Amino acid sequence: MAERIRAWGVVGTVPRALAAGLVVFAILYVLVIADPPDEFGGGNWRTTNTGSALDDPSTFLTTVLDGLTFAGLLFIVASGFSLIFGLMRVVNMAHGAFYLLGGYIAYEIQQRMTGSGFGLNPTEVNTLEWVVPWLVAMVCIGVFGLAVQQLLLRWNQGQDLRQALITIAVSVIVADQVIAHFPRTVPAGTQQFGGNAVSISWPGWTNRLVDLHVGGVTYSLSRLVMLALGAAVGLALFLWLHKTKTGMVIRAGVDDRQMTAAIGINIQTTFALAFLVGSALAAFGATVGGSQASIAQGRDGEWLLFSLVVVIIGGMGSLAGAAVGSVLYGLVFAFAVAYLPTTGNECCTQYSVVLTFALMALVLAFRPQGLFGRAA
Amino acid sequence: MSEAAAATEPQAAALLEVTGLSAYYGSAQALEDVTFTMGRESIAIVGRNGMGKTTLCNAIIGISPPRAEGSIRFDGEELVGMPSHRIARLGVGYVPQGRRLFPSLTVDQHLKIAARGASANGSSWTRERVYELFPRLAERKGNGGAELSGGEQQMLAIGRALVTNPRILVMDEPSEGLAPAVIEGLIETFKHLEEEGLAILLIEQNLGVATALAERQLVMIGGGIAAETTASALADDPELQRRYLGVEPLAH
Repeated sequence: MAERIRAWGVVGTVPRALAAGLVVFAILYVLVIADPPDEFGGGNWRTTNTGSALDDPSTFLTTVLDGLTFAGLLFIVASGFSLIFGLMRVVNMAHGAFYLLGGYIAYEIQQRMTGSGFGLNPTEVNTLEWVVPWLVAMVCIGVFGLAVQQLLLRWNQGQDLRQALITIAVSVIVADQVIAHFPRTVPAGTQQFGGNAVSISWPGWTNRLVDLHVGGVTYSLSRLVMLALGAAVGLALFLWLHKTKTGMVIRAGVDDRQMTAAIGINIQTTFALAFLVGSALAAFGATVGGSQASIAQGRDGEWLLFSLVVVIIGGMGSLAGAAVGSVLYGLVFAFAVAYLPTTGNECCTQYSVVLTFALMALVLAFRPQGLFGRAA
Repeated sequence: MSEAAAATEPQAAALLEVTGLSAYYGSAQALEDVTFTMGRESIAIVGRNGMGKTTLCNAIIGISPPRAEGSIRFDGEELVGMPSHRIARLGVGYVPQGRRLFPSLTVDQHLKIAARGASANGSSWTRERVYELFPRLAERKGNGGAELSGGEQQMLAIGRALVTNPRILVMDEPSEGLAPAVIEGLIETFKHLEEEGLAILLIEQNLGVATALAERQLVMIGGGIAAETTASALADDPELQRRYLGVEPLAH
């Protein structure tokens, strides 16, 4: 059977050449092939909103920044997911629900701090009114995640299917409870409860455009802050995992849990810590994501999916993998939105998310363990 | 008075006491009624592959523990059912088969996370002492576990167990895959450790190593202790070796 699969050439030369060709084509399409839209409407396969990078370099640069800043947010959420999986081999299907609940908690705290939400001028939110909701949401979700791990998962260690089902159950319950109880503070005339969309406000000082002095591009400061936060989380996690004894123990646990225990380390404490931090990162990401876009029912599934795809691309349990996976995902998503052909109302930019799955399929076809993953 | 007398005679007390130990993986029985006692000494358990030697290690250390019946007492404490890290903290050091180093950690980090304070018997292994014992490791502090040679890996696996300050060192096939010259060095190290008062439970297929280190030799066959003999008796008796260790390819 294995012989036959090999004979089909799943990893053979032809698919490799084809995949490489598609990637080269996609890059060339963005750089030179794409055309700006016709004045008279309509278009063909080369017609995009703005044309190629040569036609419109500032859109190209903006798209790169869109991708990278989105990657910052992706990384915050996905690194927490990857941390938990890498150490405990638990695919935490409730990670998206943690994100959703964390986002609503941050929103409610901010509403209470700033007074009524309606008519809240985004430029009037001070840094404290963003930082406090963010910290409170992280602490709440961290503790909640820890409780889930201690009360539900700990007794089922090593039973992957049970743990997956338990976390799915938690995510369903949390998502429903969120709809039943959030949002509590809403502008007059809009619906209270029911999980409808609300936004957290960035601190006022981020609400402006920055002139980058490159190709005349001005760019949203809040999105750049998002990228900086992602980088800060990455740096903090790196230092934690590589420079502290706790971090070394976590990496040892990722390598070989049994051997870590056999040198006298209580791996259960380490598991609990990882779950606390991983869950808190979901709430961190939700505060950032809810500030940049919105928090609404359905975001839980979306962010679980984002996290899954990012860590599958990057390799489960690898910090560098989560970073590279986030950047690739963010760039492919941003470029697909900006550069898929627009031949009419039916096509094609709304299919941008499909390309992110193409990216995942491409990575899996050649590296089933992900870019930075180790073979199981 | 009697307390003082007991304190002055630690040699007499059994350090490790395995009684009627049976272990199962699912319905398959891997150990059958294993019983032996060891004091502060070195003993070797020899036997062919698949005779339950590693299962015995796992049962003592408590990692991937098989379902076990019977009793393993270490210095009076029952180990069966105790979590692995507590067993290690009681003073059971483990050098596993295949070394099982942590690929993401450097040599120094291995020793750092394993290091613990001095144990009850006063031995205090620190990173510095491990580097004195194995100068080769000191040269390779910053290297990853996977970048070491087989011999260096084994030194690190031993060093990692030593810095936990064990009273007994359980070693599973330490000579596996090593060159004869490296094995010689290891035996010297083991003897040195023994002189320092460390008890060693050595599990080996290599008779040369087993007999060089320990006088008491337990032979494991089919999940049980089939015989106890001495190093000299085993070394001088090819018939015994054939029967117990399957030097002949068809011995069954």
